Amino acid sequence: MKYRNVREISMSLIPIAAFLLALFIGTIMIAFLGANPLVAYQALLKGAFGSTNAIADTVVKATPLLFVGLGICIAFRAGVLNIGGEGQLVVGALSATIICLNFVELPGWMLIILALFVGFFCGAIWAGIAGYLKAYFKVNEILSTIMLNYIAAYGMNYLLRGPIMDPLQIELGSFIPQTTRLTHVVDLPRLIPTRLHFGTIVAVVFAILVYIFLWRTTIGFRIRMIGQNIQASRASGINVQKYMVLAFILSGALVGLGGAIEVLGVHHRLFTDGSVSGFTGSAGFNGIVAALFGQLHPIGTIPASLLLGALLTGANKMQRVVQIPSALIGALNGLIVLFVVGSEYLRRSQTRRMERTEDTKYNSKNKNKKESQ
Amino acid sequence: MEAIIIGIAKSAIRLATPYLYASIGETIGQLSGVLNLGVDGVMLMGAFSAFYTVLKTGNLWLGLLVAIVVGAIFGLLIAFINVTLKAEQGISGIGVYIFGLGLSSLLFSTMVGTVQTVSGFSPLSIPWLSNIPIVGEIFFHQNILVYGAFALIPLAWFILNKTPLGLSIRAVGQNPEAADSLGVSIVRIRYFTVVLGGMLSGIAGASLSIALLNVFQQNLTNGMGFIAVALVYFGAWRPATVLTGALLFSTVNAIQIWVQVHGINIPSDFTLMMPYIVTIVVLAAMAKRRIHPPAALNKPFERGE
Repeated sequence: MKYRNVREISMSLIPIAAFLLALFIGTIMIAFLGANPLVAYQALLKGAFGSTNAIADTVVKATPLLFVGLGICIAFRAGVLNIGGEGQLVVGALSATIICLNFVELPGWMLIILALFVGFFCGAIWAGIAGYLKAYFKVNEILSTIMLNYIAAYGMNYLLRGPIMDPLQIELGSFIPQTTRLTHVVDLPRLIPTRLHFGTIVAVVFAILVYIFLWRTTIGFRIRMIGQNIQASRASGINVQKYMVLAFILSGALVGLGGAIEVLGVHHRLFTDGSVSGFTGSAGFNGIVAALFGQLHPIGTIPASLLLGALLTGANKMQRVVQIPSALIGALNGLIVLFVVGSEYLRRSQTRRMERTEDTKYNSKNKNKKESQ
Repeated sequence: MEAIIIGIAKSAIRLATPYLYASIGETIGQLSGVLNLGVDGVMLMGAFSAFYTVLKTGNLWLGLLVAIVVGAIFGLLIAFINVTLKAEQGISGIGVYIFGLGLSSLLFSTMVGTVQTVSGFSPLSIPWLSNIPIVGEIFFHQNILVYGAFALIPLAWFILNKTPLGLSIRAVGQNPEAADSLGVSIVRIRYFTVVLGGMLSGIAGASLSIALLNVFQQNLTNGMGFIAVALVYFGAWRPATVLTGALLFSTVNAIQIWVQVHGINIPSDFTLMMPYIVTIVVLAAMAKRRIHPPAALNKPFERGE
């Protein structure tokens, strides 16, 4: 019993230790680049939490990370690595935009629901492709989802440079690859007079739903089971392939919804800088970091997304104050992933050691019993 | 028409270079049982460090050496996490990728700032061979890194199939328990292959920034490292088939560039999409073949107790 508590505490400490270690390395990097780390981190903190607007921006930044993180929780729990967050965000955003551009005559609330649903649905299909290929063709899902990211981005670029480009851009001859500003009736309601929008509440609700789904329903149980032991799942009659595809579909659906909410809640238009992360701001990757940081638990992913959202928002301020590019946060995110996966081993070996001690205790007890008989 | 085909073939050979270095490195690593998905991140670091060195010193060989050293350091990091700490290799690879992408962007924007070009390795005509009509033009008017990449294929084949080291590598990837019981150090072999893979990824990056494109920008590789990993599956862990795959890709790329340069009326976004679509289709088609990856791929070794 005493051991258990120690273990639980040490488990929750792992991401925090990983985060602190990453910050420590960040300190060295900042110093190496010729800035004062203290000033830099102060600026970062102020940029993330210094005012109501800063806090709201942090939460707005965290929202897509939470959607992606939730999708990642489902996929990783099923033992499949969905690295296609970027592409699924793009597809969700793109499909929602197209709906909003084409059904302007619908009442606002109906159009919002339709656009969000279509984003959800298209994200599901996009991830479903990778899931299907993984389950039935054994195509490595990491590679297929990465490839689908590029395909989605180039597809978006094509549409933004032609069919759905803002007519004004064509008229002016500036040809900036973006759509027109979407009709105001589809703007998601603001929560307080900042950039904070209703999508954040949707994200938190989904976090709870994902938790209930994974831990309180049979389908969720099966999804987690195939992630833990695929052979045992197959032996117990679970249609492993079906649940693998399902995990991908649900995962992509949440990410796609996140993409749609980015358009309706934040940008109110779709745009591109030509690269894959131009629209998403790498949320597709940072969401993975959030999920891992939240220990692949939907509720844990909420604070994890907030923390990463704060880093990303604060990094802009840091860039202005001490000229340390916000790319630093990208590097630190990579380190956090490495530290979290690296520390898995320590946790595993600790668990093993404890099981062994418990086994020995049990065995020696039995032996004593036998001997006394 | 002939000139067009020669032109495309020549640039296909050139463009195969980064894929070859990275894929051969990854093949050797995977044969020993380590899946490294961070190739793209290491390539970016190799590309930046080589570019920066050349920008500051003008010394191409020094640039290449720095890329190799940086690649080796990343290799050590990957080996430490995957072999010593026995991490889940799929996720750690993504960590390496995000780290390499972020760090190379960070260093680029603080140390260089704007997109600049350097004069990279220039073509080196091989005497005699370069005079052969057509073939000479396609194969023997290339820069030194291209020759190196093609020389790597038979070399890798020889080491993997004809030397005790190659046998140990494959044993460690196929049946680590047996290898271990025969006294082969799993840890040593895996560190060796992963560090070697890191060095080759570093060269792959350098081949982009100081030989093929002579430029660096954020995310220069644009996912090439992931395609390189896909090529290992395509090539069924055999250097010669990896070569075929790399050539298939570089040809698709060469055609794509040719189409763009000649203003043929296909939206460039579609042609840019091609390599990625081809990768998925090819990976799916591979599933029909009954070739199995190394048995211990992606499985950290735990000595039975």
